[in-house]
Amino acid sequence: MTDFGFTLSRSATVDLDRVDRSRYERLVALAPDARICMNCGSCGATCTAAPFSGMSLRKVLLGLQRGQDVRPLLDSCMLCGKCTMVCPRGINTRRLILSLSKVYD
Amino acid sequence: MIYEGKQKIWQDYQKEIPDDHWYFVRSCIRQNFFPGSEHMFTEITQKVLGRDMYENPYHTTCGGIAYHCDTLPQETAMTIVARQFALMTEAGYENYVASCITSFGNYVEILETWHEFPELEARIRELLWTSCKREFRKPKYLAHTSDLIYHWRNEIAEKAKVRLVDCHTGAPLRMAEHIGCHYAKMFPSKGVGGAEYPYVLAGMIESWGGQVVDYPERRHCCGYGFRQYHMQANRGYCVSNTHKKFESMEPYGIQAILTNCPGCAYFMDRWQYVIAEQTGKTYGPDGFGIPVLTYEELAGLVLGYNPWDLGLQLHQVAVEPLLDTLGVPYDPDAKYLGLNKEDLLRPELPKNLKCF
Repeated sequence: MTDFGFTLSRSATVDLDRVDRSRYERLVALAPDARICMNCGSCGATCTAAPFSGMSLRKVLLGLQRGQDVRPLLDSCMLCGKCTMVCPRGINTRRLILSLSKVYD
Repeated sequence: MIYEGKQKIWQDYQKEIPDDHWYFVRSCIRQNFFPGSEHMFTEITQKVLGRDMYENPYHTTCGGIAYHCDTLPQETAMTIVARQFALMTEAGYENYVASCITSFGNYVEILETWHEFPELEARIRELLWTSCKREFRKPKYLAHTSDLIYHWRNEIAEKAKVRLVDCHTGAPLRMAEHIGCHYAKMFPSKGVGGAEYPYVLAGMIESWGGQVVDYPERRHCCGYGFRQYHMQANRGYCVSNTHKKFESMEPYGIQAILTNCPGCAYFMDRWQYVIAEQTGKTYGPDGFGIPVLTYEELAGLVLGYNPWDLGLQLHQVAVEPLLDTLGVPYDPDAKYLGLNKEDLLRPELPKNLKCF
């Protein structure tokens, strides 16, 4: 490859026709609640770990839908359950996180 | 749908373009990038269409390239522009046509600024008088050269010797059009079709027999962006934008690209070589790229000019497959012969992008 002193940057575009959504589909099979999330972000706003790790359940679900690896985010969850208390759709978010760990088994 | 209502709305997107008596100013970079284009503009307008297109050899850059690179303040660019207008005034013209999209955007921006801040215009008049002892009138009509070719597109079509049609299948040539950001994105009312429905290049393609192909990133910037390219550390961002456009147009089988901006034509042409060297990927058939033409080059091809007189040998992407598709005759041995058969020497060929 010729060295020009610069290279192509990776595009931030998400092509939904090409990404691998199999992990998201497995999560939905284990915890159908994942489908009713409306991405309001209340979970991220109340997350105890968020200020230190960037953790947000919304980010986790969007990442899975876009075929991204969300394990680093999951590692910082302490299962405190604050997100469950504020979720306007009544999602059992703690169960969602535990189901996610099975998806990555 | 109420047809009259649509017609009325479309009228708001039209631009008044006088038919004759223009004062022409060149681009500072086009003559290096695509030297046949500006020559072909004067050739077509003066000799083929018989219009009055006056050019003063003492005109200069408009300062737009340095202004957009943040290397000179706007007052300096304004004084340069004021001198250009003074030359037009001295020549007795009031219709001003610029060959460069950034020049066009620069002129529009300055005229609008003077309209909003008349005290600034008065100060620039003082600066011009102090430095050059010149005075000026503002142009009555301001246009880009692609506006004029668009205005005369049907007249060119009547004189056409070549149509934009695949001579083997009879199908219209599938073309993408790319309009420079400084044409109508800054001041939409100053361009044909505005920023939402720019029709200046699409109109030419349709009049000359081609088919305009839409694709998702059609209105995305070519990537040049001035500081993105001129600072070497930012060039990855520049080429990534171009890459995004080509990835987006890839599934649509585009045979040629038409542009009206010096930077767009240059970077969409040259970056195909860089992308091919970095990724091994080419976007045309059989390892070739997609030819990128200026509107004067396309008009010249349509009017039957020799491709090598149009400067098509100075493109990075080989144009021969396009010429074969259109049935345009050319002499491969004369590709690198200049005026009076002077040998221009052959360039080194790229590894991944197929060229002749």
